[in-house]
Amino acid sequence: MLTTKISGLELKNPLMLAAGIMGTTGGSLKRMARCGAGAVITKSIGIEPKPGHPNPTMVKLRCGYLNAMGLPNPSYKLFQPEIDEAKHAGVPVIASIFGVDASEFSVIAGAINADAFELNVSCPHAEGYGAEIGTDPALVEGITKAVKNATDAPVWVKLTPNVADITETGLAAQKGGADAVVAINTLRGMAIDIESGHPILGNRFGGLSGHGIKPVAVKCVHDLYSALDIPVIGCGGISGWEDVVEFIMAGARAVQIGSAVGDNINIFSDISSCLEAFLSLKLWTLDDIYGMVHEI
Amino acid sequence: MRPVDAVITKFVDETPSTRTIFFDTFFEQVPGQFVMVWVRGVDEIPMALSYENAITVHKAGEATSALFELDECDSIGIRGPFGNGFGISGKNILLISGGVGAAPLAPLAERAASSGISVTTMLGAIKKDELLFGKRFETAGKVLIATDDGSEGRKGYVTDLLDDNDVDADRFDSIYCCGPEPMMKKVLDSSIIPEKVQFSLHRYFKCGIGVCGACCIDGLRVCKDGPVFRGDVLKDTEFGKFKRDGCGCKVKV
Repeated sequence: MLTTKISGLELKNPLMLAAGIMGTTGGSLKRMARCGAGAVITKSIGIEPKPGHPNPTMVKLRCGYLNAMGLPNPSYKLFQPEIDEAKHAGVPVIASIFGVDASEFSVIAGAINADAFELNVSCPHAEGYGAEIGTDPALVEGITKAVKNATDAPVWVKLTPNVADITETGLAAQKGGADAVVAINTLRGMAIDIESGHPILGNRFGGLSGHGIKPVAVKCVHDLYSALDIPVIGCGGISGWEDVVEFIMAGARAVQIGSAVGDNINIFSDISSCLEAFLSLKLWTLDDIYGMVHEI
Repeated sequence: MRPVDAVITKFVDETPSTRTIFFDTFFEQVPGQFVMVWVRGVDEIPMALSYENAITVHKAGEATSALFELDECDSIGIRGPFGNGFGISGKNILLISGGVGAAPLAPLAERAASSGISVTTMLGAIKKDELLFGKRFETAGKVLIATDDGSEGRKGYVTDLLDDNDVDADRFDSIYCCGPEPMMKKVLDSSIIPEKVQFSLHRYFKCGIGVCGACCIDGLRVCKDGPVFRGDVLKDTEFGKFKRDGCGCKVKV
């Protein structure tokens, strides 16, 4: 009842593990797949090993989580065994990748074997990477095109909400040949320790995730669904099955869950069973509610 | 949670390389839980609470060195306690402590002894004056000592006390172990029933709250599912073999 197809990938449910969560090791990805995720996305992988920003790298606030990990990763040269191990869990494994320019993205996509690629052009707190590229539609289009040329696997582009109009970068990704877009990455944010005046995050500022950003994400998905022909994958602040229904009604083909995994490692199976019960009660299918708000 | 401001009230030099830092804020904890200690502008690291209002620091990296340079009335940021902590069960328990591994075990010894549980501690260090919290363990029960150089107690590693049958591990209801990972691995690989032993682990933490996965041993989050794990859960995992550095690269333990 929950099976979903997106850019050629068959998912047993539309709930994926978002990039950057439990995604550094094959063992942790496998655990999340076994906990019920329909697909898992790796930690973003770059060209060289990177330790990321100093701690604190994540802090829980009343409205969600603020983080600035700084793209820590062991580099694409060391990462294939982790993907291969994750594959043993039997769900699609999507490699999130980042680089400074089209050629770095292409090198990584050409060397890594994964079920799909998610281009991180949206991390808000790593100098020279992520959102510094992802706010420029021309760069997004160029990078997407280059990665499409480098691999036969489907290519998704994860968009930043830190722009005036997210459909501009969404359309650029589509023009570059993207098979889907993912919306949204975190919103730029900052927290200050009032006892000392120090910024709490080691990187001074970071990205906000969690409950507080959900309405922003739902609006972005809504707008992208209207503007694009390719599927939209929703992400941002999902912590319960109702949130998933809302995203799908806004126009998401599938969704990604991140921060909420911290407090509930079984969130994927919990949401799957509640989502199934809700659809049965309403006599709806996933297709029935897909983009429902646009019909009203 | 945001870091709580903890003002330093007192320093106690426990050994030549370890210092206890007392602060004005008390944290209710299950022994074995950890707190994230933030030295503003430097780093934030996971540490055991050695008392409800203190941490005991061994000078190792940048953050621990910075902690040694603080003065009374300076403050640090504390988040936590996080993680699961030790499960106290049985009438007769054994603690196996190596080096600063004594920091979470000393509060456990005191908590157990005050509930009428018989506590035996195997306490190890590189030499006599590096033995940590010897008096606290003695007050809680019986103590057997091993030092690498033989300057006190048995010469050798603390685990050698098991080999020599100085201690009959089988007669204890529960065993609690914290110290350098190779020492803990020896205990895991010994003839002791692994279900009986709870190990308190140390890994490189980033988020500290179970989200990022940087501290994973296979799929286990040391910060959230641990830091205390039963031995049978750790069998046939990366524990004792590999850990991950800040980049996520595998490094030999």
